[in-house]
Amino acid sequence: MSLVFVIVAGPPSSGKTSVMMQVIRHLQQDSLQVSACKIDCLETSDDARYRSLGIPVCVGLSDYLCPDHFYVANLEEVWDWAENQKTDVLILETAGLCHRCAPAVQGCLTVCVVDNLVGLDTPKKIGPMLSTADIIVITKGDVVSQAEREVFSHQVECVNDKARVIHINGLNGQGSLGLKRDILKMSPLQGITGGQLRYPMPAAICSYCAGETIVGSAYQMGNVKKIDFR
Amino acid sequence: MKLRKISILGGQDKDANPENIRRIDIQTGEVVAVVGPTGSGKTQLISDIEQYADGASPTRRTILINDLGPDSNGPNKAFRHLMAEVSQKMNFVMDSSVAAFLRKHARVRGIEDIEKRVADVLGLTNELAGEPISMADNLTLLSGGQARALMVADVALISNAPVVLIDEIENAGIDRLKALNILKGQGKIVLVVTHDLTLTLMADRRIVMKNGGMCKLHRLTREEKRIAAELAAIEADISRLRNLIRRGDSIEKSKNNKEKAVLWREFCSTAHLTSAGL
Ligand SMILES: Nc1nc2c(ncn2[C@@H]2O[C@H](COP(=O)(O)OP(=O)(O)OP(=O)(O)O)[C@@H](O)[C@H]2O)c(=O)[nH]1
Ligand SMILES: [Mg+2]
Ligand SMILES: [Zn+2]
Ligand SMILES: [Zn+2]
Repeated sequence: MSLVFVIVAGPPSSGKTSVMMQVIRHLQQDSLQVSACKIDCLETSDDARYRSLGIPVCVGLSDYLCPDHFYVANLEEVWDWAENQKTDVLILETAGLCHRCAPAVQGCLTVCVVDNLVGLDTPKKIGPMLSTADIIVITKGDVVSQAEREVFSHQVECVNDKARVIHINGLNGQGSLGLKRDILKMSPLQGITGGQLRYPMPAAICSYCAGETIVGSAYQMGNVKKIDFR
Repeated sequence: MKLRKISILGGQDKDANPENIRRIDIQTGEVVAVVGPTGSGKTQLISDIEQYADGASPTRRTILINDLGPDSNGPNKAFRHLMAEVSQKMNFVMDSSVAAFLRKHARVRGIEDIEKRVADVLGLTNELAGEPISMADNLTLLSGGQARALMVADVALISNAPVVLIDEIENAGIDRLKALNILKGQGKIVLVVTHDLTLTLMADRRIVMKNGGMCKLHRLTREEKRIAAELAAIEADISRLRNLIRRGDSIEKSKNNKEKAVLWREFCSTAHLTSAGL
């Protein structure tokens, strides 16, 4: 089996689910079988929203684990699940990514969703999640001025000048057709096993990863880095 | 590449029946209104134009730019920012002075004489706005009218989007007729989506939407043109009265008070007549 794998990342509440729901509706009109997976930290209600479109949905909650690492560790399982649903297009929405991580995997279409309200310096701060994306979706253009939209998209292009930038209104779907077109241009993947992360995830193997809660050097073990105050 | 015209090739309405209108060509410098009740498909039409639809959107419409379709790679790149928008819902959210922000925008657009352009935008803003703004004002503290005026001036002089969508800008604090004329004069295609009578009548043609489809293309009649001019004059009067009150004067003391009473009656009856006739 083969399927088109779309990874959707972006800061909290940037409009990921709203945008993808608009796109899924377009895909459904073409009689494509879409499945959605949401990776989150503690809880999510996105599954209910995706399910309202009548598609198969699964949720992975990382709980006490680092959500970024949890995400990679489960890609194979999500793939198998999607195959069982006879999926043509798999949408994987991730949350909880820190600004040091990027979910992009070679061969998948990676979409980063940011909104116009986060401020001009934010694109730089979001880091690899934005700079390794294939497509950058900018939402909430309906509530800011045209001038700010243009300056904001410029800031985004400064961080990633290779990605295609698409302006989408998550509320009414304006612009979502362009994203659908790009999804359909992808050649389907044969499998996810062996696929490579475009950007390595940071190491996270200190005592706090393992559940330590007390502050102080005596309680720290493993990969610990200290501030250089020079 | 310079935009000369946009063409909309009709597709289908919500029930998959072919749209009445099979083709509309809109030239630069033209103002076209899109009217119809909520849910009649106005947003989707705008969306099709902005997304440069290729027959694959739910409406099956195709947009041509200078007679070229979306499959011909040319216009796609050149018009990445095809449409600029100004609407009532939009606000400036950036914590910045007017001058600093306009400079930034002009720089992003690759404009050469930045200081001159910024000064021109401010000048134009103050022609449109009831109360003038200054370079040092903070964007987020502008009044609704001032912000809308600045948005229009910026779209006219800095943004390079060839199509401008005017979505519900209310009368308060901005000279809409002048705004439309300025945008026309800059060789923009102006699309107006509004429930506002005066604003609609400022467009040369209007597309009437029904059940998701383009149902009728109407050219402004001479009578409508006359009514539009009257409405605009009345609105100007209202805004003069508004300013009078703002300054602390009372309308009673104003010497053309009597004429105003007559105007009011006329305004109401004209408004009735026109809305009945639409
Ligand atoms: N005005 C406006 N609001 C939007 C737009 N897109 C999304 N929203 C709103 O933004 C909020 C967050 O949208 P979601 O789609 O839930 O965002 P998300 O990125 O999936 O959020 P999480 O999964 O919780 O991180 C909702 O209230 C949406 O209605 C847009 O284009 N314009
Ligand atoms: Mg979500
Ligand atoms: Zn991380
Ligand atoms: Zn740790």
